[in-house]
Amino acid sequence: MAIAATLARAPTFFDEVVNNTPGGDPHLELCLQCGTCGGSCPSGPDMDHTPRALFAMINAGMKEQVLRSNTPWYCVSCYYCMVRCPQEIKITDILYTLKRMAIKEGNYRDSTASDAPGFSETFIDFVENYGRSFEVGVAARHHLRHHPLKMVGMATGFGLDMLLKGRMDITPNRIKGLEGLQAILKKAKELGGEA
Amino acid sequence: MKYGFYPGCSLEKNAYAYNQSTMAVTKAFDIEFVEVEDWNCCGATEYIAIDLLPAYALISRNLAIAAKQQSEQLVAACSACFLNLKKADHYMGESHKLNEKINKALAAGGFNYEPGSVKVRHLLDIIYNDVGIEAIQEKIIKPLYQLKVAPYYGCLVPRPAKMGSFDSNEYPTSMDEIMRALGATVVDFPLKAACCGGHMTQISEDVALDMMRRILKNATDNRADLIVTLCPMCQFNLDAYQESVNKKFGTKYNLPILYFTQMIGLALGMSEQELGIGKELVSAKAALTNISEEPPPKPKRVRRSKEALPLPVLEEV
Repeated sequence: MAIAATLARAPTFFDEVVNNTPGGDPHLELCLQCGTCGGSCPSGPDMDHTPRALFAMINAGMKEQVLRSNTPWYCVSCYYCMVRCPQEIKITDILYTLKRMAIKEGNYRDSTASDAPGFSETFIDFVENYGRSFEVGVAARHHLRHHPLKMVGMATGFGLDMLLKGRMDITPNRIKGLEGLQAILKKAKELGGEA
Repeated sequence: MKYGFYPGCSLEKNAYAYNQSTMAVTKAFDIEFVEVEDWNCCGATEYIAIDLLPAYALISRNLAIAAKQQSEQLVAACSACFLNLKKADHYMGESHKLNEKINKALAAGGFNYEPGSVKVRHLLDIIYNDVGIEAIQEKIIKPLYQLKVAPYYGCLVPRPAKMGSFDSNEYPTSMDEIMRALGATVVDFPLKAACCGGHMTQISEDVALDMMRRILKNATDNRADLIVTLCPMCQFNLDAYQESVNKKFGTKYNLPILYFTQMIGLALGMSEQELGIGKELVSAKAALTNISEEPPPKPKRVRRSKEALPLPVLEEV
């Protein structure tokens, strides 16, 4: 993005966040600290810092504290903040950027949402190996890794009902063009970097 | 009317009832769907949280196939699929760098995609704007009189704003209008576009259950017989976790969650089986017996009581 090209100094944490957010300028520098985002957020009260506070921390270069916070993982992606922000900051997109950065840096392990990336990773494992998602597999593998006791609940709770109603597959579906898809994903990973 | 169609993983199994009822209803309105051949998962809200470029490349493969099949408009019924496809197309158009990289990745699988060549639309948009209320009304055989419904839109279809929306971002009404056209009574439902929690059940169940509780409470307080939705994730959360909500909060919510296509199908005289009604975990059987052959009596106009406090009056200029 434009900022990186004209900088005569090493990119700051703020620049990193901006440069890794897709699409046009996310307008992060325009934050007024008004708090509309935190007030609109359905999970705001359970976050370590509301998005408003997080943006001030990004500005202050508090990389470790930002990436260790549970805020990005507690974002439910409802986009209320984004449609209400008076400065049109792409808040939800920025929180996705922070998730990716927290995984890359490994900071999320210290956060109160430390097994959240595990769920996403399990999910994409299936997508990369089959081309389709697979609910039973994702839930089972995620719980086996993180909360084995929950497996019992799944088997006796609504998991069984879902199976009986024919709403769950026992085996995953595989797409025909899986090799092509894997080649695309491999290439995309190689290209990587900023958006 | 001919459109490309992207079913998405949920419609294959978990939300098969949505798939079934969508096919039955669109057929009745002479809509032809050309399925994206050998489509792949859109990555839901997961891939984008791990790695950016592969996430967008994954989505774009579907757009590329749709473009190749010459589908100018691509319809998705699932909210997450809809937003992912739309966002990928939009951001590729906004950022030359992103577009270039994604096309390099797509080329490795023998595809390419020019942003803007496929217009991504949600099923509700198609039914509300392209089919239209009048055409729906003409086909009604069995009106849903006296059934009180709470139309629930969730997050991803009404928002975000910057890519052009077909309805309000915070207080959408298109599904309300469709339900009224079917003869149903639409109750007040201020939380109609609130979040069901999405995948939050897997991260913090406490946070997620509370979000669902608010929605179930709001619909119950407004005396809805059932909630009507347009999203497989919203349906799944409110349906499958309703018992957990009741257990955790000591409540007794008993709200069936149906898809808006199932409601349209019922009014068009289709059978419950044909529409996948019965696949929901909180049974809709009892709620649907509230459908009456008589339209509800017109509400009487209530005159203001003389004892009420006076309303402020603007001074004439």
